[in-house]
Amino acid sequence: MNRLKVEFAPVFQIWNVWSLQFLKILSLKVEDFGKLLLFSFEVLRKVGKRPFRRAEIFKQFEFIGNHSFGVIMLTGFFVGLVFGLQVGGIFKIFKTEAMMGGATGKALARELAPLMTGFLLAGRAGSSITAEISSMKVNEQIDAIECMGVDPVQYLVVPRAIAGVIMTPLLCGLFNLIGMVGASLVGVCMYDVDLGLYQEKLVWLVQSKDIIAGLQKSVVFGFILTVVSCYKGLNASGGAKGVGVATTDSVVLSLLMILGCDVLITFFQVVSK
Amino acid sequence: MIQFHSVTKTFGNYTVLDHLNLNVEKGKITFIVGKSGEGKSVTIKHIIGLMRPSSGRIFVDGSEVTEMNHDQLRIHRFKFGMLFQNAALFDSMTAEENILFPLNENTDLSPAKKKQRVDEVLEQVGLSDAHKKFPGQLSTGERKRIGLARALAARPKIILYDEPTTGMDPLVSETIDELIVKVGKEVKDITSVVISHDLKAAMATADKIIMLYKGRAVLAGSPAEFASTKDPVVKQFFSGDVEGPMEFL
Repeated sequence: MNRLKVEFAPVFQIWNVWSLQFLKILSLKVEDFGKLLLFSFEVLRKVGKRPFRRAEIFKQFEFIGNHSFGVIMLTGFFVGLVFGLQVGGIFKIFKTEAMMGGATGKALARELAPLMTGFLLAGRAGSSITAEISSMKVNEQIDAIECMGVDPVQYLVVPRAIAGVIMTPLLCGLFNLIGMVGASLVGVCMYDVDLGLYQEKLVWLVQSKDIIAGLQKSVVFGFILTVVSCYKGLNASGGAKGVGVATTDSVVLSLLMILGCDVLITFFQVVSK
Repeated sequence: MIQFHSVTKTFGNYTVLDHLNLNVEKGKITFIVGKSGEGKSVTIKHIIGLMRPSSGRIFVDGSEVTEMNHDQLRIHRFKFGMLFQNAALFDSMTAEENILFPLNENTDLSPAKKKQRVDEVLEQVGLSDAHKKFPGQLSTGERKRIGLARALAARPKIILYDEPTTGMDPLVSETIDELIVKVGKEVKDITSVVISHDLKAAMATADKIIMLYKGRAVLAGSPAEFASTKDPVVKQFFSGDVEGPMEFL
């Protein structure tokens, strides 16, 4: 027994060092996540607080919404085409190609559209928000805002969070629509499905509750991606490198949190059926 | 106007301010000098309430900053104008919009009055034609002057300068120093606190100089008192000698 202890002593030592390092990193991540949660509550608390920055909110509507319009349309169309091709191939084996409208519609409405919209906005708008706010932070502009008696959370974060929560479901609806058009093109042109039949199955299988379930998710995703982006931006440090690190961290964390929340929301939606 | 009573600030095991006592008088230009890492910027952040001390008390204009809550601090900051080291102008706004920012946020002035105030402060800093210029279109010196115009816009009682001439050529530095004096003279009862390494400027423009060393004020007095001091640390700092009692990192 003693010989075993002596022989494996270096292994135990390495294991101890690794486990300590792991615990240290884990505790830092948990602490960071706790701070992010507190920050989210602070944002929610300040949403109804005056002054109500209408101009800033509309500016963010344009930035998050209008500027993402093209990329959402294009991605929605491509995802609809690809999903139509994949699903159509399977339904063809069973000679039930007409059902592909319902299948693609349901998948788009409940899962693909909110998730893809969240991902796209995290990449396009979220990264840009973090880069902008972190540049302001390292150039002391955030300090300047505070010195002038203005709350940076109220001035910078709240308008972005409001715009995210409103624009993400709208863009998700657009993604849904364009995706279904793409899938129907594949159905009609490649699998010779009658358009009337395609639409009938689509309407039969995809109910309003499916679309609402997807929109519910996108509201949460919109909040997550804007709040995470602002949080990472406001906590950036260390010049140009810090801006880069904050931007990468913000996109990665937004994607992971969107996926995590997707699992949770889907679970509750399925359980509550 | 500004008093520090035994203020200590620690970051982990590192003590930046160590029972610091200082007094800044109303209507005067006070320079806070000291080598890098001595807590000059930390001092200024305590004055404006961006940092809270680990212990001690800070009074500004009779109110205790250390006791203020979030909303009280917000109102407390209305008393200040601050010129940052890199001017900290908002990149997405023109010079005019930058100056309008504190006026829009903190005053109830009519648009015409605000416009008039913008013109006044731009003239004061000698940039009457810079209204529509973005920070990217301005030189370093011009950015500093716009930063100063923004700091002055809401008529603060106290103006804080964070290393206003660091990294600038001698001519631009001279211009900024002249502006500090001009503002001190022209604006009635304004209190100026300048953080600087520039001893030449301090000797020429300050009413009072406070030197920080190891988190404490080693000397506070007029430029004449500084010139005639026998304190070896102050003498070494003024002479710029590497050899002496002052410790370098």
